[in-house]
Amino acid sequence: MSDCLLGIEDLSVSFGTPEGSARAVDRVSFALNRGETLGVVGESGCGKSVTSLSILGLIPSPPGATDSGRILFEGRNLLELKPKDLRRIRGRDISMIFQEPMTSLNPVLPIGRQVAEPLMVHCGLSNAQALAQAAEWLERVKIPAARRRLDDYPHQMSGGMRQRVMIAMAMVCRPKLLIADEPTTALDVTIQAQILSLMVGLKEEIGMSLLLITHNLGVVAQMASRVVVMYAGQVVEEAPVADLFDRPFHPYTQGLLRSMPRLGGRSAGHAHRLTEIPGIVPAITETLIGCKFTARCPHAFDRCREKAPDLFRIRQGQQARCWLKESPERRRADA
Amino acid sequence: MPEAPLLQVTDLVKHFPQGGGVLAKPKAWVKAVSGVTFAIHRGESFGLVGESGCGKTTVGRMVLRLIEPTSGRIEFDGRGILQLNRKDFGRLRRRMQIIFQDPYSSLDPRMTVEQIITEPLLAGGRPPRAERRRIAEELLGKVGLRGADLDKYPHEFSGGQRQRIGIARALCVRPELIVADEPVSALDVSIQAQVINLLQDLQREFGLSYIFISHDLSVVEHICNRVAVMYLGSIVELASTDVFSRKPRHPYTEALLAAVPFPDPHRNAAPFAMEGDVPSPINPPPGCPFHPRCRYAFELCRVEKPALIPAVEDHSVACWLNEDRGIE
Repeated sequence: MSDCLLGIEDLSVSFGTPEGSARAVDRVSFALNRGETLGVVGESGCGKSVTSLSILGLIPSPPGATDSGRILFEGRNLLELKPKDLRRIRGRDISMIFQEPMTSLNPVLPIGRQVAEPLMVHCGLSNAQALAQAAEWLERVKIPAARRRLDDYPHQMSGGMRQRVMIAMAMVCRPKLLIADEPTTALDVTIQAQILSLMVGLKEEIGMSLLLITHNLGVVAQMASRVVVMYAGQVVEEAPVADLFDRPFHPYTQGLLRSMPRLGGRSAGHAHRLTEIPGIVPAITETLIGCKFTARCPHAFDRCREKAPDLFRIRQGQQARCWLKESPERRRADA
Repeated sequence: MPEAPLLQVTDLVKHFPQGGGVLAKPKAWVKAVSGVTFAIHRGESFGLVGESGCGKTTVGRMVLRLIEPTSGRIEFDGRGILQLNRKDFGRLRRRMQIIFQDPYSSLDPRMTVEQIITEPLLAGGRPPRAERRRIAEELLGKVGLRGADLDKYPHEFSGGQRQRIGIARALCVRPELIVADEPVSALDVSIQAQVINLLQDLQREFGLSYIFISHDLSVVEHICNRVAVMYLGSIVELASTDVFSRKPRHPYTEALLAAVPFPDPHRNAAPFAMEGDVPSPINPPPGCPFHPRCRYAFELCRVEKPALIPAVEDHSVACWLNEDRGIE
């Protein structure tokens, strides 16, 4: 299918630890179409960041190792590319912005240089040309008095401004795919709104695809057209954004949506009790035979403990990794 | 006559020196908190919300005198606490405790859970060891951990469990007021709900009052009775939670609420993005601190700072627009 820009197939990544090998990403598959925004949600340790780092070959090895799978970008398997060829794609066709804008910028280089660098490396522009374009991009990401700030260092800027610099740096080569790993988590809510609307605008303008990794369901609801939910290294549900919020199938997705307080959800002086998901995420070094959510699931039955479920088709575009699909009578009405 | 408030804070100010040295005068003053007044009643949850740098944490710490205010008054249960000497304040201090944001750095990694939880007792009557262990065990039960966890160390617990340990430590001396500074911000969504429910259960059981400091409006709305919105060191709006999200009266509160991405894909109004950054607290703008970003600002806003005054019952706003009319 030519519409598919990025296809992750059966990807498994594990890390060597003193307690043995820990599988952080367990047979993950999903695809991203051209021009699409795909949200990947899940809590800490669910494997969402490891998945995104694998795409760019940024998993340090050792201790990390890719056990299986393919990552197809425009039909080429990124995992088999030579480092030199991967470097040509990374930063030009695929770029990435990270959560922490302070630690991902170089503190001893002026921001103009940093934004211009990809242009010099990938597009063969001269120093002066690249700096001129960098200035243009800094203006585009709405950095006030951008031309005068080319020689500023990251520490002279606020968190929101640094994230704008990161975005400019990621966009200068007009990538086909932008991977944004928790791009607004470290920011205040009004700054978050600014950054999100900036990303939406630039995405439209360039026509790129966006892989948005976040734990914030509000951000996903506003930004993504499709969503992948991860739990303990696996994809547990995938659905178009409207179905995910209206008709979540997997008990984990349902639990996540219910456990979140909603603004304006307070009814006349009485706050309802939040529905919590009991227990904690299993450690990745644990070997579990059945479904990894069993211990926290309100519907779990024998089969869940005995055998790990596959992803079942729920409806057009929606799939969930849950035995309830085959035994719907097990779903308790109250839970 | 209504019951006297448990905590009354009046005109609290904190300026931190910047630069300078032992002999040199400071180069500038960071005006972290500039004149904050509020009261907290028994059994109430009072929310302090705002963005980073608005002074909410500084206010919380000043209430416990972890930071000494530059000026202002703090009365706890009718007694001014700022003029108390160390010994007298120590006695009063048992009645107020704090829970920190980061469950990783707020527990001593070399102490066992029992030692952590009962450490506050050492400052007071020093009950015998067996008694301390009994208290610790009971507290662990209250926060949903097991007695078997008493001899473990913090690294053996997850973030949510560590936050429970921090809560047990705060409860140890049976306080009346707990300052909770972003207690759930570092936790995952599903764990966040567990800790919020726990805080609410404990409040009911022990009749606690909370100062709940958070940047997360939906969490504050869920847990608090009243909310104060802070901007650049001042309270700009103070209201009961019921009206706070439905009828905000300050343009900043309005913008703050509009910026929250709503977890509903059918609401396709993109979050409203207010322009600009928060100004530096070293040189706060003259007049209303919010006027450079306010879309309703007019001349008066640039010159004179509006006071926090009641607009309607139980709803105070510091905005010139509310002097004669509401925001349309």
